[in-house]
Amino acid sequence: MGWYANLTIKQKQVVWAWTFLSLPILFYCVIRFYPTLNAITLSFQDWNLLGDRTWNGLDNYGKLFADPVFWKVFKNTFVYLLLGTPVSLVFSFIVAYHLDKVRFMHGTIRALYFLPFMTSTVAMAWLWRWFYQPVPIGLFNNALASVGIPQFPFLSSTTWALPSILAPAVWAGLGFQIIIFMAGLRAIPQTYYEAARIDGVGPWTILWRITLPLLKPTIVFLVVLSSIGFLRIFDQVFNMTSNNPGGPLNSTKPLVLMIYETAFDSFDMGYAAAQTVVLFIILLAVSLAQLYIMRDK
Amino acid sequence: MKSWKNKLLGFASGAIFALSAGSSWAVEIEYWQYFFEARVKAIDTLIEKFEAENPDITVKHTTFPYADYRTKVAAAIPAGEGPDVVQLFYGWLNDYVEAELITPLPTDMFPPEQIEAEFFPMVSAMKRDGQYMALPTAVRSLALFYNERLFEEAGIENPPATLDELVEVAKKLTKKDGSGNITQVGITTGMNAQDHHWWREVLTRQFGGEPYTDNYRNVNYDDDGSGAAALKWYTDLQNVHGVTQAGFMDEPQAAFKAGRAGMHIDGSFRIGALESTRGLKWGVAELPAGPDGTKSNYSSYWVNAVTSKADGEKEEAAKKFLAFITSDEAMQIWLDTVGELPAKPSAALTDANKADPVFGPFIEGLGYAKTTIFAEESGQRQVLMDATQRIFLEGQTAEQAIAIAAEEEQKILDEYYEE
Repeated sequence: MGWYANLTIKQKQVVWAWTFLSLPILFYCVIRFYPTLNAITLSFQDWNLLGDRTWNGLDNYGKLFADPVFWKVFKNTFVYLLLGTPVSLVFSFIVAYHLDKVRFMHGTIRALYFLPFMTSTVAMAWLWRWFYQPVPIGLFNNALASVGIPQFPFLSSTTWALPSILAPAVWAGLGFQIIIFMAGLRAIPQTYYEAARIDGVGPWTILWRITLPLLKPTIVFLVVLSSIGFLRIFDQVFNMTSNNPGGPLNSTKPLVLMIYETAFDSFDMGYAAAQTVVLFIILLAVSLAQLYIMRDK
Repeated sequence: MKSWKNKLLGFASGAIFALSAGSSWAVEIEYWQYFFEARVKAIDTLIEKFEAENPDITVKHTTFPYADYRTKVAAAIPAGEGPDVVQLFYGWLNDYVEAELITPLPTDMFPPEQIEAEFFPMVSAMKRDGQYMALPTAVRSLALFYNERLFEEAGIENPPATLDELVEVAKKLTKKDGSGNITQVGITTGMNAQDHHWWREVLTRQFGGEPYTDNYRNVNYDDDGSGAAALKWYTDLQNVHGVTQAGFMDEPQAAFKAGRAGMHIDGSFRIGALESTRGLKWGVAELPAGPDGTKSNYSSYWVNAVTSKADGEKEEAAKKFLAFITSDEAMQIWLDTVGELPAKPSAALTDANKADPVFGPFIEGLGYAKTTIFAEESGQRQVLMDATQRIFLEGQTAEQAIAIAAEEEQKILDEYYEE
C-alpha cells in the first residue's frame, strides 16, 4: 500500500471516488450497455436462439419496413401515446386541481385514487377483460342487456378494442399523476394568488395565467413519463387479448408486443432486435425532445 | 491431543473417500417438461419405478409453466445447462436437430426397423439419416365432447355423426335471452383453441381438398377451393345458423366446463381437466364425418430427446431413462394418468381401450389422423384466426379471406424453408 500513502489528499479523494463509482459503472456495463450493444449487433444478424448467429446485413430492417403489420403496429403505438397521454393528463389535472381544494376526507380520497396504481397490472387487466366480455359473463354487457340495450363489442371490434384497453391503463396511472400534480400545485407560492385576487382577476385567468404556466416543469415531467409509459405499453394489451395477442386483426398490437411475439413465438431474434432498435430510437427521440423543452426555460 | 487430531483426520478422509466413491456410480440426470398436473404425476410415478429398477440412477424432474417452457428450453440447452432428457413438441425438433443440440438415439438400443414396426407411422417424422432423434410416450387426437345433461334436456339421443347433423343438433342446443344474445352455445368455436387443427386437417379434407402439398411446404387449400368452402361452413355456424359465437365466455373450454356449451371439439389432453369438473356430465364422440362420409383427424405429440449436455455415464443413464418412458408399461401409465393415448398401436389399440367410452373415439380417430408439419405453429394459427375475423368483422367472403390467409401462410413457410 506504499503508493497510496504517497498520494496527495486530492488524489486520494479521486481514488475513493472511482472506487465507489466502479460498482455502478460495472453494473451499467454488464446489465445495460453490453446487452444494448449486443441487441444492436443482433439486429444485423439472423438467429433462432438455438443455432449460430449469421450476418445478414440490413435484411432485418428491410423486412421491417416492408412489413404491413409493422406499420399497423407503429400506428397503434402512436395512437396509444397520442390518446393516452393527453387524456390521462387532463383527467389527472382536473382531479388534482379539485382535490387540492377538498379538505373533507382528503387523505382517504387521495388514497382511493392512488390504489389502482399499486394494483398488479396483470390482475387488473384480467379483471377488466372479464368486465368487457359479452353476455353471459361480462359485467358491462350484462348491465346493458338487462335494460334492453344491444351488447357493445368492447374487445371484439377493430375500432373499439384499442380504446377499451387504453381506458384501464389510463385509470391505473391516474393516481400517480394526481400525486405529482398536487405536489406541483402546492409548490406554487400563495402570494401570486393573493396578488391576483387583489387585482380582481377571475378564476379562469388565474388558471391560465398563473397555475398552468407555473406548473410547466411538472407537466413536462409527466408528459415525458407517461409518453414513455404508453410507448412501451404491453402488459395490459397482452393480458386482455391473450387469446389473440394484439387482436382482433392486430388492431391493438403495440410495438413491444410485436417484439415479444417475434422473439418468443417465432424465435426470430434478429428481426426482433431490429424492432427493438426502432423502439429505442423512438424513445431516445422523445427523451431528447424533453431535454430540449426543459432547457428552453 | 495429537491422537484426537489424527482421529479427526481419519474420519474426514474416510468420509471424503466414501462420498467420492458414492458419487462415482450414482448418476443424476435431469428431466424437463412443462407443468400440467396429470403429466407431472405420471412422470413422478415413472421416475419412482425407474429408480427402483436402476438404483444407481436418480432422475431430477423439473417443470415450467407452459407459457415459458419453450423459451426456457431454448435458452438452457444451447448454454449447456438444464435437462439431459427433455420433452419437446414434435414441431420444434427440426430446429434442435439442425443446431446439433439433440443426441441421436443409438440404433442398437433403438433399432429404427423396430420403431417403425411398433409406433404409429407419424412418428417416422422423428427420423434423420437412418437414426431416430426422439420418441414420444403418447399421442393426442381430437374428438367431439358433448354435454350429456344438455343433450337430454333438448331431447337429443345421439351425438352428431355428420357435419349436417352437427348443425341441426347445435340449433337445438342454442339458447338466447330476450334481446337475442346467446347465453348457451350449441357448439364452441375459436380458431385460437383447437379449431385451427380441425379446420386444417379435417374440414378442408371433408370439403374435398388436400390442405398442403410437398410435405406441408406448399399451401394448397386456396387452389382447390376446399379452404374457402370449409371456412364458409365454419363461419356460417355463427353468421347464418347462429349456434355459436367466437370468444363466447372468453375460451371455448371454459364455456364447455361451465355447462354453457352443448358441444366442444378438443384434444385428448382435456380429459383429465374435465374429469375433475364437478357436476359436469359429458360424453365423447368421433369427429363428425364430412358430406361425402370422409373422416379425418389431427394428431400431435410431444417427444422425449437426449440433449447434447448429457455425456459419458449421464448419456447412458439418459438413454436408459428414455427407453423406459417410451416402453409399453410407461404408455399405459400415461394413458391412465393423463388420458393421452399410447404412441404404439399395440398398446393403444387394445380391445379394452377401444371399448372405453372416453378413450374409444380418440383411438378411432388416431387410425385416420394426419399430423401437420408446422414451420411455426403460432404464426400459422394466427393466419387462420385473422381469416375468420376478416369474415366476422370486415365482412369479407370466405374466398377473399382464404386468398389472404394462403398468401400469408405461404410466406411463413417459404421463409422457414429457404435456409
